[in-house]
Amino acid sequence: MELVCPAGNLQGLKIAIENGADSVYLGFRDPTNARHFSGLNFSVESARNAVDFAHSHSKKVFVALNTFPQAHNWGTWRDAVDRAGELQIDALIVADTGIMDYACERWPELRLHLSVQASATSAEAIRFYHERFDIQRAVLPRVLSLTQVRRVCVDSPVDTEVFGFGSLCVMAEGRCLLSSYVTGKSPNNFGACSPGEFVRWAETGRGLESRLNGVLVDCYGAGECSGYPTVCKGRYRVEGVTDYTMEKPVSLNSLPILPSLLQAGVSAIKVEGRQRSPAYVRRVTRVLRAAIDSCTRDPENFVPAPDGMAELAALSEGSQTTLGAFSRYWQ
Amino acid sequence: MSVSPRLSLGPVPYFWGEQQLLDFYDSAANSSFEIIYLGEMVCAKRRSFSFQGWLELGRDLASAGKTVIFSTLALLEAGSELGFLKRLIANGEFMIEANDVAAIQLTQGHPFVGGSTLNIYNPRTLEVLAAQGLIRWIPPTELASGPLEALHQVRPATVQTELPVWGRMPLAWSARCYTARHLNRAKDQCGFCCSEYPEGLLAHTQEDQRFLVLNGTQVTSATRWNLVEHLPQIQATGIEVLRLAGDHPAVFEAGKLVRAVLDKQLDASTAAQQATHLTSDDDSDGFWLGQPGMMAAGILRD
Repeated sequence: MELVCPAGNLQGLKIAIENGADSVYLGFRDPTNARHFSGLNFSVESARNAVDFAHSHSKKVFVALNTFPQAHNWGTWRDAVDRAGELQIDALIVADTGIMDYACERWPELRLHLSVQASATSAEAIRFYHERFDIQRAVLPRVLSLTQVRRVCVDSPVDTEVFGFGSLCVMAEGRCLLSSYVTGKSPNNFGACSPGEFVRWAETGRGLESRLNGVLVDCYGAGECSGYPTVCKGRYRVEGVTDYTMEKPVSLNSLPILPSLLQAGVSAIKVEGRQRSPAYVRRVTRVLRAAIDSCTRDPENFVPAPDGMAELAALSEGSQTTLGAFSRYWQ
Repeated sequence: MSVSPRLSLGPVPYFWGEQQLLDFYDSAANSSFEIIYLGEMVCAKRRSFSFQGWLELGRDLASAGKTVIFSTLALLEAGSELGFLKRLIANGEFMIEANDVAAIQLTQGHPFVGGSTLNIYNPRTLEVLAAQGLIRWIPPTELASGPLEALHQVRPATVQTELPVWGRMPLAWSARCYTARHLNRAKDQCGFCCSEYPEGLLAHTQEDQRFLVLNGTQVTSATRWNLVEHLPQIQATGIEVLRLAGDHPAVFEAGKLVRAVLDKQLDASTAAQQATHLTSDDDSDGFWLGQPGMMAAGILRD
């Protein structure tokens, strides 16, 4: 089982590889990928260094090009495909049908992975992209239960990759416009959810308020852990009850079901977090590397190491982890 | 432009009972809507009608002169949902609105309408899907008027554009049922609780802003999309079909207002103003103007 780790910059990429990643994914410094944050991502020069470093260690580099171009900015995405094609990367992670069509025509040798942003939740959807654009792997949305993942793995014409650890999207990726509704910018149209420029924190008489473009997403009392104000992790009032209406700040951690994922035939485990620090990437990569190695050696007796689980919990949103949709209970 | 757009009635997003649906479509049969979308696109567990029931309703509406299209689920997870989708596609009488790529794969080249969740953001995507049988597309909800019109202008000759102009905006889809979660119920023991909320569950911010609406596994805006003021501009672009959401019984009044503006019998600002009084929702048009979707400009802000 392949371990796919995030890299926000060259240092992060080296650290991920040195700590056990089999593959590293990265994005360019523009809205063509879903972590379009300032100070993050790769120029052509740094991407070339990244590919050289990874290949010299016999590791792979994937480029995420997983947002949706529009008529007026198509050229930015097309150029990014060309840049990736020239870089001799190992796979391009794509979401937009038009971009897949272009990449397939212009760079027929370039391996394509279907991004989670393409929202392919069934083997039929995966087959659509496989038959037309020869995609070779699909990253499954974080909305499927373990049973549903098993079924997709059995029926899918290509390899599957699932999220193992990191921030949790509770909505089907690629179809969530909550950020856009509040800020005008979304992962789809801008490459970022709840961009920092719209976030405001204020200490008031009521507590610590977090706002997104003026909308009160949450208000924290003394001693409460605060989370980044994404719309889906705010506290709202429904029928007089104020609570985390959609989800509390929490991270996905699938280590407890690693043997089941292995048995289901999942080919790769992905770590979310290109926006995270190299130190974070180091710690998460080490824990996941050890877990995958231990699970592959003896899946039947695999139990996540308590210190590894504690380490991941400490790195999680709100210091809490969940199995997310993998668990029926969550649904 | 000389040709006036046709009006379509979007699928009912909420879990309404059989009688409420029958009454609603009785009104639809006698309305100015020429195209009617039927079926369930949010949750497969909702069964006010059996498959056969939907077919019969479709036939009734077709005999009343309506073009009937079956909408498909936007988020497919369980094997049973795919089974139902296959059955829907093979119905042999009515075209489908594909709201997921799996539906396109299963139509095997037969004509279909492409829903907003297909993420058709650019001309090349539109071309690819046209080659698969797409005959009409609904833009992504967040797409602004500029890129939308640019895309409409270069659409393949076989493809028409259908623009939503009234209704709450679909914003997100999840595996989790937020209605059941609110009531502390597991999704598989939901007791069909969403049937208790025929207009969804309103979520306010902690300072009482009407913010979002929970509808089972779907989240929509609390504000109501209202492009009535922009209808003259929309009509000038030659967009072929205008959709109003089947999310409120007032949709038939809204349809009359839209028709009156298109027929030059009512001025757009007056109609837009009147449309804001049709429901208790605040109206917005931000996405159309390239702004946050919750924002309102022009007449809607006054």
